[in-house]
Amino acid sequence: MTKLKTKHLLGIKDLDKEDIQLIFSTADTFKEVINRPIKKVPSLRDTTIANLFFENSTRTKISFELAEKRLSADVVNFSASGSSVKKGETLVDTVNNILAMKVDLLVMRHPNPGAAEFLSRHIQAKIINAGDGAHEHPTQALLDAFSIREKYGEVKNKKVVLIGDIMHSRVALSNIFCLQKLGAEVMVCGPTTLLPKYISSLGVKVEYNLKKALEWCDVANMLRIQLERQDIRYFPTLREYTMLYGVNRQLLDSLDKEITIMHPGPINRGVEITSDVADSKQSIILNQVENGVAIRMAILYLLAGRTDQ
Amino acid sequence: MKPKLILEKKAFELTITRLCYQLIEIHNDFSRSVIIGLQPRGVFLARRIHAGLSGILKKQELKLGSLDVTFHRDDFRKKELIPNATEINFIIEDKNVILVDDVLFTGRTIRAGLDAMLAFGRPNDVELLVLIDRRLSRNLPIQAKYIGKTIDSVASEKVKVEWRETDGEDRVWLVEQETINSQDVKKSDRLNE
Repeated sequence: MTKLKTKHLLGIKDLDKEDIQLIFSTADTFKEVINRPIKKVPSLRDTTIANLFFENSTRTKISFELAEKRLSADVVNFSASGSSVKKGETLVDTVNNILAMKVDLLVMRHPNPGAAEFLSRHIQAKIINAGDGAHEHPTQALLDAFSIREKYGEVKNKKVVLIGDIMHSRVALSNIFCLQKLGAEVMVCGPTTLLPKYISSLGVKVEYNLKKALEWCDVANMLRIQLERQDIRYFPTLREYTMLYGVNRQLLDSLDKEITIMHPGPINRGVEITSDVADSKQSIILNQVENGVAIRMAILYLLAGRTDQ
Repeated sequence: MKPKLILEKKAFELTITRLCYQLIEIHNDFSRSVIIGLQPRGVFLARRIHAGLSGILKKQELKLGSLDVTFHRDDFRKKELIPNATEINFIIEDKNVILVDDVLFTGRTIRAGLDAMLAFGRPNDVELLVLIDRRLSRNLPIQAKYIGKTIDSVASEKVKVEWRETDGEDRVWLVEQETINSQDVKKSDRLNE
């Protein structure tokens, strides 16, 4: 197995277990590269990559840009604010104009679910989905699973609970697909209003009690309340949400085992997670960020390096 | 063509011992020298040389590293390249580096190796040690300083180095490219270089 079966990375849905393992083993070598004094390799020096961000991002954008630069690719950045999108240009037109300037690969974040998939049917270049609405965020799921693998040696048979706003989270959906493909057990936990109605049909356990969920799991992945995507109020107050679904030191100490805490960021300190938990040694939040660069380098390398282009 | 045995077990061992003594002649006690094997197959030879030197010099602290050159290769996109681990736990600044690979063919792997090595510092001196030198096939102006055996071969032939760690016995074969079945090629996909 030396190459990915897909030409684009649109979602974890399109990958199989071998693809994910290939990405992980390639990321292992890139993790070593980014810890060298000289963190750069020349593999993609003939590749031009456009980062199209139609939605705000800090981590993902910087992570992709660093990954691209450490592979020696040429990078152009685009963000929707201050662009011609505001003047009424369509997505396909915008992208085709950018591609006309000879860009080989696109990294795109878009507020609409399926935007990357739609684009892949209309253009020639390879696309990496950096998050499309509440649909998928494949690189985040891969780096989450990679971080679990790094901590425990493997992902198989690990118990992972996703806590919080599952309904509006692309991280949740991609994580469920990715963890299940690697043989982990997945649970979702949150207020009934923030869990999609038929979520159990994906084969995940559903739990409404935070304490029970934490007692069950090895790893807890805390998700942010996505206020920007919520059209109505799904719970009375943030304070009440924190009381029922916020993880604090006291709660962790009451468990009879030490679980691992993850968070895809951005953290709302004091809401879903308290500062002392986020900064404790149980948390691998900053490891996730470091691994994000290695995972994205691996994906860029594997997609741009395909011989059949 | 039937596979031709170039080095059998006994000669293989003698060759490695000779290479060790040649190294000692130049590097004395290895206090400023390091050995770096090129992934994937040069690492076996580097380990063997390292073990040989440690035995002869009765020293354990000789520095040994392995270097993966995948990201520096010039045939990216011509074939699928899967990286291996790089493990260099020392700096090579001002050191005398002995690069080790199993077969020297076109010289392209070594070219990539020289490039990849620069991420770990500026060496004082770099030398190349190979087990087999296919002297008529070079594409680049690269020569080895220490050579196990020099052979004349044509491009359609392949040199297959077998190691007791992976293949059961130390041997070197010269084979026609077609006679290597696809599984063998996968196992040592860059045995030619």
